[in-house]
Amino acid sequence: MKVTIDGIEIDVPKGTTILQAARMIGKKVAPPAMCYYSKLKTTGGYCRTCIVKVTKASAQNPNPIPKPVASCRTEVADGMEVQNFTSQEVIEARKGVVEFLLINHPLDCPICDQAGECKLQDLGYEHGSAKTRYEFKRREYEMIDIGDKIKLHMNRCILCYRCVKLCDQLTDKRVHGVIHRGDAAEISTYIKNVIDNDFSGNVIDVCPVGALTDRTFRFKQRVWFTKPVDAKRNCDKCSGKVRLWLKGEEVLRVTARMDEWGEVEDFICNACRFEKKRKSDWTIEGPSKIDRHSVISQNHYEHLNELKVKAMKQQKALGFMPFDKRP
Amino acid sequence: MGRKLLLAHENVPGIDRLDVYRAHGGYASVEKALKSMKPEDVVEEVKKSGLRGRGGAGFPTGLKWSFLAKPEGVPRYLVCNADESEPGTFKDRYLMEKIPHSLIEGMIVSSYALGSNTSYIYIRGEYFYVSRILEKAIQEAYEAGWLGKNILGTDYSLDLYVQVGAGAYICGEETALIESLEGKRGNPRIKPPFPAVAGLWGCPTVVNNVETIAAVAPIINMGGEEYAKIGIGKSTGTKLISASGHINKPGVYEIELGLPVEEFIYSDQYCGGIRNGKKLKAVVAGGSSVPILPADLILKTAKGEPRLMTYESLFDGGFQSGTMLGSGGFIVMDEDTSIVKNLWNFTRFYHHESCGQCSPCREGTGWMEKILHKFLEGTANLSDIDLLWDIQSKIEGKTICPLGDAAAWPVASAIRHFKQEFEEIAKSKKFKDVSHYERLHKPAMA
Repeated sequence: MKVTIDGIEIDVPKGTTILQAARMIGKKVAPPAMCYYSKLKTTGGYCRTCIVKVTKASAQNPNPIPKPVASCRTEVADGMEVQNFTSQEVIEARKGVVEFLLINHPLDCPICDQAGECKLQDLGYEHGSAKTRYEFKRREYEMIDIGDKIKLHMNRCILCYRCVKLCDQLTDKRVHGVIHRGDAAEISTYIKNVIDNDFSGNVIDVCPVGALTDRTFRFKQRVWFTKPVDAKRNCDKCSGKVRLWLKGEEVLRVTARMDEWGEVEDFICNACRFEKKRKSDWTIEGPSKIDRHSVISQNHYEHLNELKVKAMKQQKALGFMPFDKRP
Repeated sequence: MGRKLLLAHENVPGIDRLDVYRAHGGYASVEKALKSMKPEDVVEEVKKSGLRGRGGAGFPTGLKWSFLAKPEGVPRYLVCNADESEPGTFKDRYLMEKIPHSLIEGMIVSSYALGSNTSYIYIRGEYFYVSRILEKAIQEAYEAGWLGKNILGTDYSLDLYVQVGAGAYICGEETALIESLEGKRGNPRIKPPFPAVAGLWGCPTVVNNVETIAAVAPIINMGGEEYAKIGIGKSTGTKLISASGHINKPGVYEIELGLPVEEFIYSDQYCGGIRNGKKLKAVVAGGSSVPILPADLILKTAKGEPRLMTYESLFDGGFQSGTMLGSGGFIVMDEDTSIVKNLWNFTRFYHHESCGQCSPCREGTGWMEKILHKFLEGTANLSDIDLLWDIQSKIEGKTICPLGDAAAWPVASAIRHFKQEFEEIAKSKKFKDVSHYERLHKPAMA
């Protein structure tokens, strides 16, 4: 099936969604997605950040679809033409969605563990506006410990339903879901229940914001001061392919490996995530690939040193005195 | 004019009982359909009748039925949507309460047409006592052999169940209704797939409004072509209108589509004019979610033609100068009404009823309510009007289900037609009706 997104044509198999087709073309046309997760079934459609405009429904039906559609849940039709970043209407609508997602978000990034790898930060930066027009009190909840390793901070939640679907699909015992409705809706466990299974830690990885955080890593370090490396161990429960976040020789955190769309490659078990916190537990495979626009990439100390030396050389050549050497 | 098909016997004592209903020609359509018609013929008659969905969208019922997928070995379901929760609409309650057998009769014929052997009536939680009336009527129908195995000695069997909801407006949206019927949280599903392909328990399902299903019985009795003669153009048949507000005679009226709006408001047969001799200010013609229209635009279109009670005439002028027939919740407001306060009340409702699934509706409805609340407090600025306009435009059309649109349209139309009122409050920093407001509750969720 042929589909054209922002003027770029691609041939995709039947059943592909617009978002998947756009990701096949590449980052320049792929819409952002906060709730869709390709590794989990029936996710998507909730956050509305991936909305696009279909200017031609199919080869048989050349009419446009009047309303913007959620690209993550709309399958392509042969001859479909889609506008994403080329449509001002889509850009405006997305800006509106980002604003809605942020009006009740506490914006406590300076004290949030997710800062630096938060999808909502990226989204706000890339597609939102610099100011808020919301002047009322923001929604507030108490923090909850769901299990001894996971913290739920509902204030930051954007209700993407990823964690609910993950627990539903990865394990056979679902103990959490959404209670209440409208803007009072919240993620919660059944009364006095905790999420307790071998794969529960994955909810931390699928959470796009800082609503579900790793209690063993809480407030230990800003992510951009840690160094990600890919590592492996033989695990009988999961693939054992993980990402270690190092500070010197110390393993501060273990997460799953993320692909370029911020989705995990393999879900990992809790033993790998929470219990193997020594470097000797792991075989290091090499440094992780991190998007060069990410704040985490700023942590290339070797590279930084090179830059410093280069700058000093340039300064010397130009006759500048370094700041710390000045009288 | 003035023919009654659904409410013809509304005042007959004991019409809620099967024997009285039968004596007044009840269940004739079941006899006719099951004994002398094939299911396809029934669908064909409904198509010919031009009957349109009475729940609000006005989609042609015959067409909707013909979309129903019919895979081999998979059951099909008919679900009656009795989750009537739109503010201003109470016609289904009246019909079910007064003449419950008319719905059951319609259900049998419609189920036969669609090939459904198990059908459901999903009724809102607040109508608990109505569900008792229906249960009793269904029991009577089972005992008389109108329901159950081999109805009237034919091969056709039907089981009919009443399911009471927990009281959520969103469960009137057909996919949310199906979720709720399955015992889940009433969140609308993402379409496609449409219920006609994968609905209840993943099987092909048709969801129809109470009035639509009840109207099938007279259509079969009189024939589709005869039914199509009532009304004007594509708005055929009769429609129940729930009239409320500042009128002399509020209530449920059955009208022939095509009745002039002016006649409906002022004639003694219907609303009987505005209460206390006041002047008409505005009308919400089809339940709280349709655009509000000022007096001059509801009586006459922008082109100066008299407006009629039809799907087309009310929509004349689009959303710029028109509105919709919707579910027929006709709310009349006199000159003393504050449009701003009324709008706040509507918005408060949508805020409270949003399911919270998709972001624009979850966050936007609450935001709009808070801004409108500022107007009532007299703390709003002129820029808040623009902000409201911007928020509603960013909700409309961006959500999973039409609740987002339903929340956005009243705001858009109130600002479009009554901007002056908003400006007056924003400039004077004073809401006229403060004392009245203080007696009202606080916002739904502060």
